[in-house]
Amino acid sequence: MAKLHDTPMLDELEKGPWPSFVTDIKNMAKDGKDACADLLGQLELSYNDKEGHWKHGGIVGVLGYGGGVIGRYSDVPDLFPGVEHFHTLRVNQPASKFYKTERLREIMDIWNRRGSGMLNMHGSTGDIILLGAFTEQLETIFAELTQKGWDLGGSGSALRTPSCCVGKARCEFACIDTQDICYSLTMEYQDELHRPAWPYKFKFKVDGCPNCCVASIARSDCSIIGTWRDDIRIDQKAVAAYVAGELAANGGGHGSKAKLDVQADVVDRCPTQCMALEGNKLSINNAECTRCMHCINMMPRALRPGTDTGATILVGAKAPILEGAQMASVIIPFIKMEEPYEEFKEFVGKMWDWWDENGKNRERIGECIQRLGLSAFLQAVEIEPDPRHVKEPRSNPYIFYKEDEVSGGFERNIEDYRKKHAR
Amino acid sequence: MAEFQANKLTDIGPPKYDEMWPQVIKDNYGKWLYHEILEPGVLVHVSETGAKVWSVRCGATRLMTINFLEDICKIADEFCGGYFRFTTRNNVEFIVSDQAKLEPLKAKLKADGRFPVGGTGASITNIVHTQGWVHCHTPAIDASGVVKAVMDELFEYFGSHKLPAQVRISLACCLNMCGAVHCSDISILGVHRKPPVIEHSHLDKMCEIPTTIAACPTAAIKPAKVDEFKSVSVNVDRCMFCGNCYTMCPAMPLADAAGDGIALWVGGKVSNSKSMPMFSKLAVPYIPNEPPRWPTTVKTVKKIVEVYEANAMKYERIGEWAQRIGWEKFFEKTGLEFSHHHIDDYRFAATTWRTSTQFKW
Repeated sequence: MAKLHDTPMLDELEKGPWPSFVTDIKNMAKDGKDACADLLGQLELSYNDKEGHWKHGGIVGVLGYGGGVIGRYSDVPDLFPGVEHFHTLRVNQPASKFYKTERLREIMDIWNRRGSGMLNMHGSTGDIILLGAFTEQLETIFAELTQKGWDLGGSGSALRTPSCCVGKARCEFACIDTQDICYSLTMEYQDELHRPAWPYKFKFKVDGCPNCCVASIARSDCSIIGTWRDDIRIDQKAVAAYVAGELAANGGGHGSKAKLDVQADVVDRCPTQCMALEGNKLSINNAECTRCMHCINMMPRALRPGTDTGATILVGAKAPILEGAQMASVIIPFIKMEEPYEEFKEFVGKMWDWWDENGKNRERIGECIQRLGLSAFLQAVEIEPDPRHVKEPRSNPYIFYKEDEVSGGFERNIEDYRKKHAR
Repeated sequence: MAEFQANKLTDIGPPKYDEMWPQVIKDNYGKWLYHEILEPGVLVHVSETGAKVWSVRCGATRLMTINFLEDICKIADEFCGGYFRFTTRNNVEFIVSDQAKLEPLKAKLKADGRFPVGGTGASITNIVHTQGWVHCHTPAIDASGVVKAVMDELFEYFGSHKLPAQVRISLACCLNMCGAVHCSDISILGVHRKPPVIEHSHLDKMCEIPTTIAACPTAAIKPAKVDEFKSVSVNVDRCMFCGNCYTMCPAMPLADAAGDGIALWVGGKVSNSKSMPMFSKLAVPYIPNEPPRWPTTVKTVKKIVEVYEANAMKYERIGEWAQRIGWEKFFEKTGLEFSHHHIDDYRFAATTWRTSTQFKW
């Protein structure tokens, strides 16, 4: 049994109704994992000091890859030798995070024998994070993982592990095959994922509909969001059932008996005012609809997205470091996303070429676009400007005309000018 | 070793997604007609084939051990044919295709005690978060401990549908925001407030001075000779405590017990439903680190939730509510102090200033 440190502060986190990571890790420490006991010991020290106790970085990895392993060392290894090395391995998760237990146990078995036994299900980007390995174990862990059919995800200035929502596997709103797109991109770009070669990180995320359950619009350099361009499908019988109060609002999200006031809660809240209710009959002026999902969310029995489905592609989201947070901007208003996604991958190639050429060190593509202009980016990826690219046209008059846009070019003779205009 | 390297497998990618699917998911892929939330945390999805699946969503700790994961697997083996899934927000979902298994599954989860059921509809679902003091080298706060303390306090909202709309809470332990918390209904963000302390005697050995200088977004770092050492100086008036210099240069740590703490942000969303996606806005610039249970942070988050619950219209997210009533009313109703720190003075500052005579008293 590993030596448990006194952790009076952390013990306070064993109280309360929410599951306790402290209790869980303590139990594993009692099973003999030194890393678990020492992690809690070091965390208790951090709680006392109000400062973390990990050294800065550490270059470790596995041969052939430039990422997937994050080096980490304790700055108090004499006190907590079990976490002297505490490297993490990012294991690429199956798209949308379904697991067959016998497959997941392959990872758990390797991690029990060769690591701390602690992990994150999952990291923010989506990987399974194996948390806490010693350097000498890394190659063997990697070899054992790959022999069982698991691979590492991305880290550093590389493609990060793509992720997606549950999609058509268990959601009626999904307009695209989120898992297949995610898997196809992951497999196509293994080299970009494992060997950092770019100015900075690059993330793909795939949302099946504009509800954006994986938050692609806020946190991916390239956001793929399912949408449609024909009409919302209406089942008028179900509309009547909602009007009669027989079906719960929002699929029961406000209680299984919550009645829906179709006029007030749906029609009046439509952001484009494109709906009308006459008696039990709902009509939608689809030409005015912006596909926000509110009505569909409220009445999932009565309304469904259209059938001419595809994706809107948005580029450039990121957290604040450095220039400030950005959300992704529309680049391709609509693209059919059909396997093998060639048209999309052609776009990706052009996008990466431009960023690779123009991006500065540690400049995300969104910041690069901000610095050089959305127009420059659209020209690089050969997409015609469209009002859907902006919330509104520019309100400043400083247009950077190119010489070939102006008849006669920029070259002029001052003498010719002076012939007509006295000095 | 040489032979081992020769046989080395690389670039095989993850297992294909459908290897991990139970038969009912394979059979009904793309055929789902609608869903209903039967009670908080329990959903039924109905397929055009007539098939139904019941999903039970449980809150889980993102940081867990393989012991706990094995317990999850055992439940999946017993009730779900050996399959389960995680959601984007670190919840576990057990899915059954036979309604007869639903109640026994729920009873099992309840008896176990580690699997709170909820996180659907107009609830507060699990908090997505980063590593904090458990693994990260740049954090201003812990992550798992703050999340535990906040979720204990908001527990009643996890297993109920009583809010005007869903409330998404996220936590990031520094401005790098690995958790991308900048578009959440409520975000809990670790912040530094002291400029880096410079280790002149080691800086030139540990860091590249040009990339360190280039890393500063406000050009506050300049080369400097200090005693006999080649090092840098920081113009502290320009430092905004982003920590990007420390990311590039380990000889410039920012962490400090008295300087570090939590900022709270509100009103962000990523969904396109009704209103467009929105950034979170600053509600509270600084709350000290108060381990182990961060009582001021917990109390303030709870207060924001309660005022929102009492005042927002049905289906209105926190950001939509604050926008409708006006931010002056948000601060009045929540009793939170509005200070100089709430007025933006970085790149896009002017876009947030009020350029109208429209406001409320």
